[in-house]
Amino acid sequence: MAGITDLGIASIRDGFRAGDFSAREVADAFNTAVAGAKALNAFIVETPDHAIAAAEQADRDRSEGTLKPLSGVPIGMKDLFATRGVQTTAASHILEGFKPEYESTVSARLWAAGAGMLGKLNMDQFAMGSSNETSAFGNVISPWRRNDGGNAPLAPGGSSGGSSSAIAARIVPGATGTDTGGSIRQPAAFTGISGIKPTYGRCSRWGIVAFASSLDQAGPMARDVKDCAILLEAMSGFDPKDSTSLDLPVPNWETGLSGDLRGKRIGIPKEYRVDGMPGEIDALWEKGIAWVKDAGAEVVEVSLPHTKYALPAYYIIAPAEASSNLARYDGVRYGLRELPEGAGLQDMYAATRAAGFGAEVKRRILIGTYVLSAGFYDAYYTQAQKVRTLIARDFDAAWELCDLLLTPTAPSAAFALGEKSADPLAMYLNDVFTVPSSLAGLPAMSVPAGLDGQGLPLGLQVIGKALDEQGVLNAGLAIEERAGFTARPEAWW
Amino acid sequence: MSNYRIQGATGEWEVVIGLEVHAQITSNAKLFSGASTAFGSEPNTNVSLVDAAMPGMLPVPNAECVKQAVRTGLAIDAQIHRWSRFDRKNYFYADLPQGYQISQLYHPIVGEGSLTVETDEGEKVIGVERIHIEQDAGKLMHDQHPTMSYVDLNRCGVALMEIVSKPDMRSPAEAGAYMKKLRAILRYVGSCDGNMEQGSMRADVNVSVRKPGAEFGTRTETKNVNSVRFIQQVVEYEARRQVDVIEEGGTIVQETRLFDPDKGVTRSMRSKEDAHDYRYFPDPDLLPLVLTEDFVEECKASLPELPDAKRQRYVDALGITPYNADVITSDVETARWFEALLAAGAEAKAGANWLTSELFGALNRLGKDIGQSPVSPEQAAQLLGLVADGTLSGSLAKQVFEIMLETGDDPARIVEEKGLKQTSDTGAIEAAIAEILSANADKVDQYKDGKEALFGFFVGQTMKAMAGKANPKVVNELLKKALS
Amino acid sequence: MIAARAMSVDSATVRRIASLARIATSDAEVEAMVPELNNILGWIEQLGEVDTSAVQPMTAVIANTLRLRDDVVTDGDIRDRVLANAPAAEHGFFGVPKVIE
Ligand SMILES: [Mg+2]
Ligand SMILES: [Zn+2]
Repeated sequence: MAGITDLGIASIRDGFRAGDFSAREVADAFNTAVAGAKALNAFIVETPDHAIAAAEQADRDRSEGTLKPLSGVPIGMKDLFATRGVQTTAASHILEGFKPEYESTVSARLWAAGAGMLGKLNMDQFAMGSSNETSAFGNVISPWRRNDGGNAPLAPGGSSGGSSSAIAARIVPGATGTDTGGSIRQPAAFTGISGIKPTYGRCSRWGIVAFASSLDQAGPMARDVKDCAILLEAMSGFDPKDSTSLDLPVPNWETGLSGDLRGKRIGIPKEYRVDGMPGEIDALWEKGIAWVKDAGAEVVEVSLPHTKYALPAYYIIAPAEASSNLARYDGVRYGLRELPEGAGLQDMYAATRAAGFGAEVKRRILIGTYVLSAGFYDAYYTQAQKVRTLIARDFDAAWELCDLLLTPTAPSAAFALGEKSADPLAMYLNDVFTVPSSLAGLPAMSVPAGLDGQGLPLGLQVIGKALDEQGVLNAGLAIEERAGFTARPEAWW
Repeated sequence: MSNYRIQGATGEWEVVIGLEVHAQITSNAKLFSGASTAFGSEPNTNVSLVDAAMPGMLPVPNAECVKQAVRTGLAIDAQIHRWSRFDRKNYFYADLPQGYQISQLYHPIVGEGSLTVETDEGEKVIGVERIHIEQDAGKLMHDQHPTMSYVDLNRCGVALMEIVSKPDMRSPAEAGAYMKKLRAILRYVGSCDGNMEQGSMRADVNVSVRKPGAEFGTRTETKNVNSVRFIQQVVEYEARRQVDVIEEGGTIVQETRLFDPDKGVTRSMRSKEDAHDYRYFPDPDLLPLVLTEDFVEECKASLPELPDAKRQRYVDALGITPYNADVITSDVETARWFEALLAAGAEAKAGANWLTSELFGALNRLGKDIGQSPVSPEQAAQLLGLVADGTLSGSLAKQVFEIMLETGDDPARIVEEKGLKQTSDTGAIEAAIAEILSANADKVDQYKDGKEALFGFFVGQTMKAMAGKANPKVVNELLKKALS
Repeated sequence: MIAARAMSVDSATVRRIASLARIATSDAEVEAMVPELNNILGWIEQLGEVDTSAVQPMTAVIANTLRLRDDVVTDGDIRDRVLANAPAAEHGFFGVPKVIE
């Protein structure tokens, strides 16, 4: 069945409905593609049976006329989502072997919508990373290669690097991601796909392994904007089990899609022109500006004066929350237990956590512990939350002048694995454009916009007002329509 | 002001006491999960995935727990904070699956209030600093296995109110009176069952000593003391110990201690050097808790009459003695029982007397509390009615009451079946008197000669002849007539 | 204005926070982490430049108030599921190395 794996979510859904192929054929095609792409290391666990069971159900549903929104569509599930009976590790050794007795709200919604699961996608450990090099299950390799013939393995971005790699390689048509400071958008940009982080509270966090509670948001990653809209609709919705979930109806984003931006004002934040950013990215940004103008938008310059402080504020708030969220991994109720000879309870904790957490996770736990510790709390944590207020106010002020913001997604194209892993700070700077909107809880998406001189994808980011996912998707669509991004990596895996 | 002093080698010392009381909020489900709070269930059966801190689990607060904390605050005239927040208190222990306790450090739901206690030295107002809501921890069992401790999370996540007093108490008696009064109020409000044996209420006892009027000394905190008597023992022991330490040239270390009820002593808990760095910060899984005026008004409207007001009303409006009013109002169940007695028609003063003497005496003997009384308020009201209308004499009433205690029967039926009704039948009494006087002619003469004490003898004989059922008033009257 | 400004962590501090965080560390790991953490902390301390004297810390990312649930027992009685992943579970309990209190 060559051809099926070239299809995206909407095409699979519609082709299946039209009787062009069976759901089982789709599942088989993708299962085969997954099994044949081990070199990418995009999956921690493959679940062909899950995909087949959902497909068989979809085929029955089609014959009985009881189709669901995602009937016939198999997807990948980031390993941060708890999946009942299927190992869920957050890519950490400390959760190796953990099979949750529950299903996350978001994944449950997707299954209820008829989707099937191809497997659990690799990621940065506990979603901490921007290159997918912190996984305990090995690096994910981007399917992309530089056009220099060097074949250096490249980072697929992180933390949703398994998702981005798998979608770009066409071994899954779409996947879930989570975004704490850019973990959907940056890997999407690195791999030439689309991804949207909705407004904080749109997708329930229940059953998603927590990294930083006030920032974590699930969202879809897919080949294009429409596919993102379709998946986001299925993932979103009020959940009484999450106190921060928004009790609002889910708009029909797919139906509302329109690349016509007449009457929209799009802001260009001047502080996003950072030192040392490659000229190619600047040039792409200019193209983006021209595209949205072409789509009818008015473009205005705006100022987000506290942008520079977003990243340091984020690197206080996120580790602080993480240091507490990850305290539960203690070897008592699930996961790894390291019990050295003669160890007491507290020794067991320390040994378990030393053996179970990777270096980056430990680094962030230590930073988080430090900034919350006696005498430092106000200087670091309280100050960071105040700066966060100022960052949110910056956006509010910008919304007086515009409806959406257009920025690059990341300050560089994908880098080679190992290139930045020695310098945590250099790695953190990857999130410079994605973190401010995360701190403000705003919807934001990355769409592929072009290739750099090395033949690697670059993304543009659209940021919207709270709850304006439609505006974000529409601007994304306008860019997509004009960018004509059709490049795809050549299969080498 | 308390006169309680510790005699030291260098003179008199004063003790300063503050109590942090943990009171389990009465609720069906836990503070942040839908698991049951039932006491005594099989291990780990009242545990949800949230309580076990499974990855990705999130807390959702229970409205009833919030309401009960607010009602408690209102009952002690405290400020109710319309904006409060949950914080995380981070530490590692096997009874704390999340690795943090969700509590309220920075912005508690209830601010300053007070309550009034009665001591031998008069009334005293004790300040309450704050009340906050937090989660209880699980339980560790150490005796089941040679090398392991067992963890039961049934209690984990049950809602507690931590009620923090000001350091306003100055004697073991005041500390005891505060605890009793607080318990009474919680039980009236219905926010905590006050069951100290089951751990529904326990106190961290903060004690320091100082020369009277001097600055506060360094305090120690003795954890989880679960009876009023023990609280008083802790205060006595700690005050004495601290005075001795200081007078021997030592200094008091601020530390947590444990009480050993068998030995009546406190001892230092092994202190970890980092034990006090809890890294509190706002729980990012929970938004700030905002109370509407309507919510607070509803809480206010739902409050019952509280013990102080009730006692005052009993004295002023019902004419009950202050002592009886105090006894009856000191516990909500007694007060409820008493009001049911009044509702069933008993007269207030007679009812109060009977309850505090007869009923309490009987319950004491039987080792029961008022909730287990074999006699219902309605039956008691009937009994008191039979005395009031002259059907029963005081002593007959006692007899009937004893039978009621044993059989649970209604008094009217007992009177009927056992024929215990007192008689005012003058004919029968006159006949009995005539017989007695003629059989005791010598005593009649002595009486008439002025030995008036013999009147009691004639009453006794008459009552005996009437098998105790004669109306004593009638007997008196008829005897006086016959002997005149 | 940041109290912690120009403060830097030394190996004793790293050991203390690692112990607070219950992460066992070797001497070599501690030594490696000292410059790493100082580098990161030095960088985040630029936040001290921001005048926040008139600003409240953020409490809710998106305007929303805390919802409360009804006091109904809807969960529990799932001991097998609660214990299913436990490294040591016996007689309905989680087992941990013996604790001396
Ligand atoms: Mg305490
Ligand atoms: Zn407490």
